[in-house]
Amino acid sequence: MGIRVDGVTKIFGAFKALDGVDLHVPAGELVALLGPSGSGKTSLLRIIAGLERPDHGTILFGGEDATARDVRERRVGFVFQHYALFRHMTVFENVAFGLRVRPRSRRPGQQDIRARVEQLLRLVQLDWLGDRLPSQLSGGQRQRVALARALAVEPEVLLLDEPFGSLDAKVRQELRRWLRRLHDEIHLTGVFVTHDQEEALEVADRVVVMNQGRIEQVGRPEEVFDRPATSFVMNFLGSVNIFHGRVESGKALLGPFSLDYPDHPHAESRPAAGYTRPHELDVSRSEDGDGLWARLSGLNVAGPVVKLELSAPAGPIQVEMARDRYDDLKPQLGETLYVRPRKVRIFLGSDREEGGL
Amino acid sequence: MTESPLVRLFVILAALVFLGLFLIVPLVAVFTQAFEKGLAAYLAAIREPDAWSAIRLTLLAAAVAVPLNVAFGLAASWAVAKFEFRGKGLLSTLIDLPFAVSPVIAGMIFVILFGRTGFLGEWLARHDVRIIFAVPGVILATLFVTFPFVARELIPLMQASGKEEEEAARVLGAGGWQIFRRVTLPNVKWGLLYGIILCNARAMGEFGAVSVVSGHIRGRTNTLPLHVEILYNEYNFQAAFAVASLLTFLALVTLILKSWVERKSRRSEADAASG
Repeated sequence: MGIRVDGVTKIFGAFKALDGVDLHVPAGELVALLGPSGSGKTSLLRIIAGLERPDHGTILFGGEDATARDVRERRVGFVFQHYALFRHMTVFENVAFGLRVRPRSRRPGQQDIRARVEQLLRLVQLDWLGDRLPSQLSGGQRQRVALARALAVEPEVLLLDEPFGSLDAKVRQELRRWLRRLHDEIHLTGVFVTHDQEEALEVADRVVVMNQGRIEQVGRPEEVFDRPATSFVMNFLGSVNIFHGRVESGKALLGPFSLDYPDHPHAESRPAAGYTRPHELDVSRSEDGDGLWARLSGLNVAGPVVKLELSAPAGPIQVEMARDRYDDLKPQLGETLYVRPRKVRIFLGSDREEGGL
Repeated sequence: MTESPLVRLFVILAALVFLGLFLIVPLVAVFTQAFEKGLAAYLAAIREPDAWSAIRLTLLAAAVAVPLNVAFGLAASWAVAKFEFRGKGLLSTLIDLPFAVSPVIAGMIFVILFGRTGFLGEWLARHDVRIIFAVPGVILATLFVTFPFVARELIPLMQASGKEEEEAARVLGAGGWQIFRRVTLPNVKWGLLYGIILCNARAMGEFGAVSVVSGHIRGRTNTLPLHVEILYNEYNFQAAFAVASLLTFLALVTLILKSWVERKSRRSEADAASG
């Protein structure tokens, strides 16, 4: 079932959590709401679930207006950030809860409940833990119980609030892949909230980047990563080097570089900034193309990618290079090297407050 | 611990001596006095009609105060912990009022309100309703002095457990009553029981407020503590201590129950903390 969010605004006191948000989640897709804290992503998720009411705008489930529909009737599964398992109930009873509280006419019999819960616990690979209390489980296990509990009511939409937020790195990795596989198996429409861009890019079919109660960009992971619509998206989806300057007469003048910028053919000059990811910079010992000289001030060789920090007159520059390239070049700390960006994205308007070169 | 064994011994001894002097000795004294003239006299003092009536009134007051307290405590703590509303701060301050006001003053407030010359006195007299110097007054005063007990226990518990479990239940399709019975209540049950025990002990033991509104009418408006006082003032020490031993026994039972509940609730809190 597809979800449509139309012009949703939500205000808490003096704080505008959501400001006229429009979004379409196609049926069967897994969508990530990605943004920093306070960007409105959790509010949006809670409004879709029906745990909050929007001040303006509508929510449509499968084309039907669900704005006024009570959370109990929305048929959503919700996985809370801290799991919110019922702590006095066993894992089995937690999962069975949604079935047991149904009105008598729709409540399955004891046998059916047992069969259904056992099937779900097998799905989340916890069928051997049914008698435990939540306090006796690890974080990753609790997360999967929360998921099984949400799935027990056969929701048409699955909503997850920072599903991996409070897990350690390794468990998080595993659970991410597992959630992706699970989604491919059961094909629910899914929306999850995260502030971790890696998580969003790895798990989601579509990423919604949010900032200050608005949507900055919606797109497939490679789209938002390679073609960020705004400087915010560029900045949020990974580390960047920023070169401040201006555009005029079809040229972008960014300190030492000047690039063609046909989007602004006018003679009038406007402030602009060029954004480059650390892996999009070439480092060499000879001056070649548009670049600048900088001194190598930091080096981290551990791992498949070598991280270099260079100091240029206007500030530090981060560079990432493949291990092979590093072994060829063998740069020494304190050495002056030539840095040349292979790819620069130019955003108009002053972004000085974001720092950089 | 860095203190020398001597210091430690001294501190522990000091605490024990204090405990002995102010708690154990009086406790023993109550029971020795009560049984001074033998078991028969003890039983006679308790079986005496006025004593019986005091026991019945005390039980009645507790039987009314405790359930109402539970209802009020659940409602108030639920409201304070789970909702945002105007006047929330005021409500949680007002809950503490009976703790802040001397019970005697609480009693006098009821006299001013419901007494013959009080604000509602005339109206009550015309409708032939007696509150002051009658059983309703005793119950009202008991209610007033006990009403923070359950709420005070539950508010921090409910605040700590947050709203997420209730929200989870709601998303799963549970109605308000189902959420309360299956999620909220089990999470606070030990705190609730603890509040009930304390509330019951206070309801049965209250002296000041009840003393003002009761009028000490033997066989009619005397509660156990008031009856003890009357007997004592009449120099009937053996009977006074016999009746007092009932209250002392209640105190001991309360203490035992209280420590049992405390242990249970600590365990369930530990579960919650890691859960």
